[in-house]
Amino acid sequence: MPTRERWAFLAAGTVLLVVLPVLNALPAESPLRIGDFTLNLFGKFLAYAVLALGIDLIWGYAGVLSLGHGVFFGLGAYAMGMHLMLEIGTQGVYRNALPDFMVWNQVTELPLFWRPFHSGAFTLLAVVAVPAVVAFVFGALAFRSRIRGVYFSIITQALALSAWLMFNRNSLNLGGTNGLSGFKTIFGFALSEPGTQRGLYMATVLCLGGAYLLCRGITGSPAGRVLLAIRDSETRVLFSGYSPAAFKLFVFVVSASLAGVAGALYVPQVGIITPAKIGVLPSIEMIVWVAVGGRGTLLGAVVGAVGVSWLQSVLTTSYPDLWLLVLGGLFIAVVLFFPDGLVGGARRLLGRLEAMRRGALRGRPDTTAMKDAAIERAPR
Amino acid sequence: MLEGARVLLLLLALLPGAVAVPAVARAAPAPGTAAPEIAKQLTDVASKDPAVQEAAAMALGKTGNRKILPLLEALREGSVYVHVSRGIRGTVIVGDKVTDGERTLVPLFSAYGREPVTGADGKPLLVELSALEEVSAGRSLRLALRPLIDAFSGQSQLANPDPGVRRAAATKMGNAGDAAATPALAEALGRETDRWARHAMEEALALIGLRSSDDAARAGGAARLGSLRSVNALDRLRDIAADSSTAASVRQAAGEAVKRIERWSLVTTTLELAFQGLSLSSILLLMALGLAIVFGLMGVINMAHGELMALGAYATFVMQGWFQAHLPGSFDYYFLAALPFSFAVAAAAGLVLERGVIRHLYGRPLETLLLTWGVSLIIQQGLRLWFGAANVDVTAPRWLSGGIPVMVGVQLPYNRLFIIGLAAVCVAGMYLLLFRTAAGLRIRAVTQNRGMAACLGVPARRVDAFTFALGAGLAGLAGCALTQIGNVGPELGQNYIVDSFMVVVTGGVGKLLGSILAAVGIGGLNKIIEPSLGAVYGKVLILVAVILFIQRRPSGLFAVKGRHADA
Repeated sequence: MPTRERWAFLAAGTVLLVVLPVLNALPAESPLRIGDFTLNLFGKFLAYAVLALGIDLIWGYAGVLSLGHGVFFGLGAYAMGMHLMLEIGTQGVYRNALPDFMVWNQVTELPLFWRPFHSGAFTLLAVVAVPAVVAFVFGALAFRSRIRGVYFSIITQALALSAWLMFNRNSLNLGGTNGLSGFKTIFGFALSEPGTQRGLYMATVLCLGGAYLLCRGITGSPAGRVLLAIRDSETRVLFSGYSPAAFKLFVFVVSASLAGVAGALYVPQVGIITPAKIGVLPSIEMIVWVAVGGRGTLLGAVVGAVGVSWLQSVLTTSYPDLWLLVLGGLFIAVVLFFPDGLVGGARRLLGRLEAMRRGALRGRPDTTAMKDAAIERAPR
Repeated sequence: MLEGARVLLLLLALLPGAVAVPAVARAAPAPGTAAPEIAKQLTDVASKDPAVQEAAAMALGKTGNRKILPLLEALREGSVYVHVSRGIRGTVIVGDKVTDGERTLVPLFSAYGREPVTGADGKPLLVELSALEEVSAGRSLRLALRPLIDAFSGQSQLANPDPGVRRAAATKMGNAGDAAATPALAEALGRETDRWARHAMEEALALIGLRSSDDAARAGGAARLGSLRSVNALDRLRDIAADSSTAASVRQAAGEAVKRIERWSLVTTTLELAFQGLSLSSILLLMALGLAIVFGLMGVINMAHGELMALGAYATFVMQGWFQAHLPGSFDYYFLAALPFSFAVAAAAGLVLERGVIRHLYGRPLETLLLTWGVSLIIQQGLRLWFGAANVDVTAPRWLSGGIPVMVGVQLPYNRLFIIGLAAVCVAGMYLLLFRTAAGLRIRAVTQNRGMAACLGVPARRVDAFTFALGAGLAGLAGCALTQIGNVGPELGQNYIVDSFMVVVTGGVGKLLGSILAAVGIGGLNKIIEPSLGAVYGKVLILVAVILFIQRRPSGLFAVKGRHADA
């Protein structure tokens, strides 16, 4: 990591990990205090950022547009949700060891696939492993037969639709349309305590930092160079003796695992997970985070996820009718006018300013070269 | 016959003759005059004593004389009055009230046959309502009247000129199972010419026979129902076959009939399934046609295709409203106008979309996909803001409602047939366009090799715009057709869109035959799987099938053959 980036990373980490929680822990009358709600909301956005990093890895670097990441997010979220449901124990509405919705659906015995989720360790493993396995199987089938480009996007969208349809079914024993909710504790800590929420927030920041470093490691490695090459010309990579399918499968699995982690961080902070979070629309909303922030730049994914989600939370409370129009407009504007997103655009602007300052620019600037430079600069 | 429902006043059997003073009644027999014994009962119906009143109503009902029906209906509605003129009390039916200054006037109608009572001047007689004595019908009388009226209306419906009405009446009588209906049914059967009405009448007779106390009649009814393949009677026959208190001969006949009907219903359900599969395939094909041709030509998957369909559906809704407002007389033909209109609206939207944004993104299919998704969100939300989030009501034209009964228990709805026909016409049109016109030649040239075609002077960009508009127009047409079988709401497009993507992906790009086979395959498979696994797992299974299929043929059923590694 170059020095400048290392300092920026450490500074951002300190602010997110130390300063904000401390401000939250201030006494209520302090003017500098950040409310519990705000911190919680921010924690949710940062969980989204983990997911966005995964999408950026597969889309921004390997050029594979997956419209089904909501499914992987959902798998992680449901895994965590199942554990939290079981932690409620007999404190539910029906005072039954089974989750309330099962009592309601007249299920008398805990289904087999629920049982391992009594264990916290297994849950943490499942949060990563379940999406990874699903992504591995799906990706292996898809990439092996060289399904790519638009075909892959369409197939993943169908995956999102099927998963949404299935999770809506009561017969799956995952709460149907209402999903999982009513959690009381996480690993013994009461979720209603501000301290627990602060802890969850800090865990999210740590995960985000870890995810960033992981993605940084992958994109900076020789494998990362191959990913970029696949994005630019898969055929040439294939003819150079590499197996694009293996590389794509690898990042797809990593990306799905990150989505699963994001889901697991999301559930205890928001307190509910429903099939509505895993369908076609949420899956494609995740794409717009990365597109707005700037794909091919890890920072862009984080900025986009937090920025767009924040915008959504502001708009849906004050102008609920407008949000879909704005979202659609964002898609169009980003694709047409800012293909590099906010971060890519800013970098390009900075690069141009720098070039002008150095007087190195003669005549008309070569924007294509600059664009490439901006994208290449990020992962190095 | 039932027009008596709304109005009507009934006057006694004794109708006013031609007398100088209005409202004078005399016992002069007129066309609406009844036989003496009926005349007595007509007077008794207006009696203050409920027992006398009910007995009289029953006796009138039993005569089976159709001229009595309006009186019975009016009794139930409470529009029967006693009109006293010159000391003679007469039962009359009153019609709709007319206000004349302070007074409320009502026209009078005869109790027998419901004919207008005319005054001396030959004009309909108007009497002040307050001058009449109301005949009240108690609850028990009204209850007793119902079956009488039903029997009357059933009989009259059996003579209705519309075979559908005759059929429904017979079915209703069969379900009621009242032996009293037998003569009327048998008589109607004798003069019935419509095949399906005959079937319903025979079925009704057999059902009535099934209820009789005579075992031979019951066994005969059961056997008849079996040979009629009456699915309606299946439950009842099963009950009889399982009921140990029934005579053995009847049970045996019922059991045989059940087997026969069940075998038949297996045939009919298979046929129905095939038809539903064909119908779903047509819908998918209608949608996939436009998508596939654009995808083949430009490599663009148009995510807004579903919303273009919704535009077409709303265009139909608008056209319907326009016909309602300006041409209510020819309302039934709004749909014919809506077809080209929805095509035009969607094609215009598609043209704007292509000229406005998509042409800037040539060669960047993933970006185009995202952009069209953004467009779809905007159109969807725009429709929601403009027309409201609730579904709008599109009425089917009369000529599209109902269906053709092809065999016992199988009816092919006209709207589904229409969609199948429309899909066929669209495919034929596309074929002619692509393979028999200069424009089609250009489209195929650009699809096969864009660069080479452009070098040879084909205006590739103009071909793009034309094709995109055409694809959008086809989406509009599909939306217009969908209004006839589903709800019209802002989310209309979303229900089928992923399926139609599957069709395109499976069928391969730019190949008409591939799209057709894929649509038939996916639509048919959907309907085959659905009954056993349910719609949800059916869809999931189809996705798996498509993925596995693409393993074997990564570019769809009919890939364009070439030597490039990217194909």
